[in-house]
Amino acid sequence: MSAVNHSPSADAILACEGLSKHFGGIRAFTDVAFQARRGEVTAVIGDNGAGKSTLIRCLVGVHVPDGGQIFFDGRQQPFANPDEARKAGIETVHQNLALIDELTVAQNLFLNREIVRRIGPFALLDRKAMKQQARAMLSRLSINMPSVSQRVRRLSGGQRQAISICRAAGSGAKLVVMDEPTAALGVQETANVEALIRRLREQAVSVILVSHNFDQVRRLSDQIWVMRAGRMVATVRSSETTGNELVALVTGAA
Amino acid sequence: MSTPEQNASAHTAGAAEESRPSLSALLLDPSFWADWASVVGLVGLVVVFGISQPVFLSVANLQALLLAAAILVVLSIGQTFVVATAGIDLSLAAAVMLGAIILGLVDAAGYGIFFACVLAVAATSAVGFLNGVLITAGKIPDFVVTLGTLSGVTGLGLILSGGEPIMVGSTFLLRLASGSFGPFGYPVWVAISAVLVAHIALFHTRFGVHLLATGGQTESARSLGIRTDRVKIAAYTISGFCAGTAALLLVARIGSAEPQINTSLLLNSVAAVVLGGVSLFGGRASILGPAIGALMLTALVNGLTLLSVSAFYQPLAVGAIVVLAALIMRYQK
Repeated sequence: MSAVNHSPSADAILACEGLSKHFGGIRAFTDVAFQARRGEVTAVIGDNGAGKSTLIRCLVGVHVPDGGQIFFDGRQQPFANPDEARKAGIETVHQNLALIDELTVAQNLFLNREIVRRIGPFALLDRKAMKQQARAMLSRLSINMPSVSQRVRRLSGGQRQAISICRAAGSGAKLVVMDEPTAALGVQETANVEALIRRLREQAVSVILVSHNFDQVRRLSDQIWVMRAGRMVATVRSSETTGNELVALVTGAA
Repeated sequence: MSTPEQNASAHTAGAAEESRPSLSALLLDPSFWADWASVVGLVGLVVVFGISQPVFLSVANLQALLLAAAILVVLSIGQTFVVATAGIDLSLAAAVMLGAIILGLVDAAGYGIFFACVLAVAATSAVGFLNGVLITAGKIPDFVVTLGTLSGVTGLGLILSGGEPIMVGSTFLLRLASGSFGPFGYPVWVAISAVLVAHIALFHTRFGVHLLATGGQTESARSLGIRTDRVKIAAYTISGFCAGTAALLLVARIGSAEPQINTSLLLNSVAAVVLGGVSLFGGRASILGPAIGALMLTALVNGLTLLSVSAFYQPLAVGAIVVLAALIMRYQK
């Protein structure tokens, strides 16, 4: 169980080997091997400061690792910046959600990939098409939104999270990465976001989920990776583990 | 999100937005008054002045009013683009002066009026571009940068002109100032086209959405791959371009290039933007609002003049109205 598999298998959508990252003298993580299987929800858990968020940021191109290799979709592919990762098919749901309060739901869903109509030398927004497709995107994930013309400012925390996830999934992403998607949500809204993540998996979208919540991770994920003090210490199938075992792995009591 | 119970309130709010709310509900909603402050103010002024001084509503006076408003409308549009990015352009009126002086000098040097106009607009656009670059690449607050260029550009204008006004006796500009097409003079048409082009740019292009996103949440916009620095530089350049256009209209109107800045133009451009319901925190803008705001401020001055109120009272009235508008704005949702 604690033996971490070091060869990225063929069904891995994203994998890394020997990955290290330091900030000056501070070691974020060392010699990390990790893989997320295609079509699965892969969870990364660990205590505060274990290096989860930094690992994820290295994988999606926010940070450039100091050493090691990253494989995406079978090819070795370190990303120089998040834009490259996005173009390759990795969408990140940021912790701050990256929504623009004053824009509408539809505008947010299509931000920086707006649909335009060409009229001579000019490119004008096709707002009707964007609204229509925004409704389709939302209904595909069964997200109930009264109106896509509503400003995001008026939405609840759960609705905002849903829109951010919908935007990530709706762009045809192969992999959606979520960092603590339910950290700021109430019980009911957390349940809604969890249902949304399950629907993503039903539609064969691979998901990497960073979370503190062991119960949530066991409910949602297929595979769990555990980090402790900058190292990847274990990986387990969610169906074969218990909450107590996860606690032991995270704290190092095992 | 997906359960109806928890989102009952959001649901009804959204439904109210999709089906039109009733008129009485609309009139009781303070955010309605905030959004339409400039229109309400304009209608109010027209009614008050129309009753107390019937000459105000004469065709001749209304035409003169629109003509006088054209310059401020163009400037307010430039200011709107900058304010929509959560910035402010204090160098706007100074750029107008520089544009006018360059126009006068190049024309006086005999290079022809068209070249003079092009050069004037290019110079003011360059001032805007410089503002944008200093703010984004230099990471200096917009307020400080444009205050600096306000002073620098004023100095440059004084040096170039030697402090003397330059007569511009061009028939082209004379025709621009006095000619008319249909019911409106050419300057009014210039302002109308500026409003149309700006409205399309802001609400029907990718640039417009990116501009509002940049103004609303710069960090979020950047993390989605929007090049927010470029967007801001573009906004300041547009502001400079509008200053150049206003300079042409100004020189055409008074027949000479004056080496002094008209501070009331700057203050009124900001006032018109505030009256027009544009958020000074960025991210929320309209073009029609500031244009009507500019019209309202001009109507105020025009009406007070017709009522023989001393010109000394005009800044007081403008100030009172702007602060009042800002108070109403607090109810904007």
